[in-house]
Amino acid sequence: MKAGYASRTPASLLGGGNMTQMPMGAVPKKKDEKLKVIGKAKGNPRKLFYEMKRNYSAYLFLLPKLILFTLFVAIPVVWAFVLSFQKYKIFGSEFVGFENYIKVFESDAFRIALKNTLLFTVVTVPFGVISALVLSTLIFELGKLSQSLFRSAFYLPTVTSMVIIAMVWRWMYNYDFGLFNYVLGWFGVGPVNWLGQSNTALWALIIMQCLIPFGVGIIMYLASMGSISQSLYEAARMDGASRFKQWIHITIPLLKPTTLYLVLLSTIGSFQVFTQIIMMTGGGPGSATETLVHLIYKTGFRDFEFGLAGAQSVVLFVIILIFSVIQFRVLRHDE
Amino acid sequence: MKKKPLDRLNKLIIFGLLTVFAVVSLLPLYWVFSTSLQLSSYQSQDMERPVSYVDSNPPKMYPMGIPLYFKHWGEAREAAKAGDTEEEAYHRDMMDHIVSNSFGSFKNLFKKHDVGKWFFNSIYIAVVVTIGILLIDSMAGYVLAKKKFPGRNLIFWIIISTMMIPGQVTLVPLFIMVGNLGLMDTHWALILPDLSMVFGVFLMRQFMYSIPDELLEAARMDGASEWRTFWTVVLPLARPGLAALGIFTFMNVWNSFLWPIIVLNTAELYTLPVGLKTLQDANLASFKLLMSGAAVAAIPMIIVFILFQRYFVKGLTLGGVKE
Repeated sequence: MKAGYASRTPASLLGGGNMTQMPMGAVPKKKDEKLKVIGKAKGNPRKLFYEMKRNYSAYLFLLPKLILFTLFVAIPVVWAFVLSFQKYKIFGSEFVGFENYIKVFESDAFRIALKNTLLFTVVTVPFGVISALVLSTLIFELGKLSQSLFRSAFYLPTVTSMVIIAMVWRWMYNYDFGLFNYVLGWFGVGPVNWLGQSNTALWALIIMQCLIPFGVGIIMYLASMGSISQSLYEAARMDGASRFKQWIHITIPLLKPTTLYLVLLSTIGSFQVFTQIIMMTGGGPGSATETLVHLIYKTGFRDFEFGLAGAQSVVLFVIILIFSVIQFRVLRHDE
Repeated sequence: MKKKPLDRLNKLIIFGLLTVFAVVSLLPLYWVFSTSLQLSSYQSQDMERPVSYVDSNPPKMYPMGIPLYFKHWGEAREAAKAGDTEEEAYHRDMMDHIVSNSFGSFKNLFKKHDVGKWFFNSIYIAVVVTIGILLIDSMAGYVLAKKKFPGRNLIFWIIISTMMIPGQVTLVPLFIMVGNLGLMDTHWALILPDLSMVFGVFLMRQFMYSIPDELLEAARMDGASEWRTFWTVVLPLARPGLAALGIFTFMNVWNSFLWPIIVLNTAELYTLPVGLKTLQDANLASFKLLMSGAAVAAIPMIIVFILFQRYFVKGLTLGGVKE
């Protein structure tokens, strides 16, 4: 997966694609029937009660999830918004209107974190998606066995905790005995204090992110390529189109839904970049590598400014939402 | 359908290119294992003081214990042939030293630090959450897909709409909530919120659609109770979906980091990622020890991945690509 903590949750791994590609409501063919039942039930309280009673077992099946969901998802989500308008106190928080939001937008820390996060996203997301596309195109040319071999090789780093990857990369960037400075030494350059100076630290993290393969992307591109009908390529060959032209005019357009999904997915993940930051730089030096989620973490759980952290998270949510909508619009445009 | 065969040279070039990229992408992981076994103290007869290969410059790309072990082994054999018992004993000692030094950090890790406990905690939490999620989410997914009852769509849409909200949004309220429930600094603080993840409901619901209604009908005709139908008919049919969900849940919980570092304060309760962070922060641990800890944390996921690889692929494509 690309960056961050939440990006590794299956929800964001898989969910987004369905958001964009699959109808999530009822199964279309059964729609009428169901509307009828519920329509009737709605009109008549007794009927509704009867329907509920008749289906009591369904509610029992749902009960465990509903209780957990209410306690640990629904209430916290609503609470997050309420909290962002409050000054939190253990007994009797008071409403302070938009004060927290004003603080968020007036603070340099937030602006820097936003700028860093944006830069990180703008570089790593296109790089990750494009490299996944190129790699999977190459892999797809090979036989079955080598395909699964390379697929595993590129996916393996994705199943390893980012905590571990960050620990190794900290060594790779080590000033005295790191691999990077050693390799630079061959060319007579350096040594560079990669993580220790503010003009290289963020770029060091960006380079690292770019060199971690986007395993999910590769697997999904390969799956999508496998479902493209070969007759399209045959027709193109008849017309004398080169392989490259086939790639540009057939493969890439047909992979567009996958690309859209992967861009959304890795953007969301990238906005949540956190683990590398806390493991490798702690947001420093200064605030050179401060990111939004790390800032939220610091505000909430080091300074215990719950209201402010709440406002920061709501702003993060809105930013992600805006980005998702824009990307959705742009990439969907000419279909 | 056949692809137009590329000529051999092209294929070879592609293979070579991909190998290079694959090596680059696997290098960090390789480094974890290589360094965890690196020789951290070695002194042969002609050296003035012991050297450590862990943080040497240039970096050693493989555990130095391997060539040095064979060097001493060869010399010990030659000494034995020449009848020089003292020399032979020296080389045998060096061989023992190399082995115990190379693997020493793993022993240290479990003896001096809480890694054994962290490992157990991680396994325990991941297993409990995975089993719980599989049961709870397949129950919910089943009725949402196959039953008609008032409020079904409303419930489904409320659950699904929260999938788009990034986890960080609820960090603070969840923290207060967990505190109010008196669960702070307990494993329940990890398990309960993890069990509430909604993704599985969505996945299982998608999956349950493909189960033919006739089978459920037949079970009902046979007089099976709802629970029995679910347990003996639905669950076995949903096995591939359960496998995919189980694997992703396990991976997700095993690697989870942000929430555990917020709610856990007691070293004994740490999970592996949290423990690794404190090891790194304490700065007491040598790099070899850190990498040994990382290896301990990485191995289970690598094994799971190798064993269940096809479910990983299935799980990813199931959710994302329209068939």
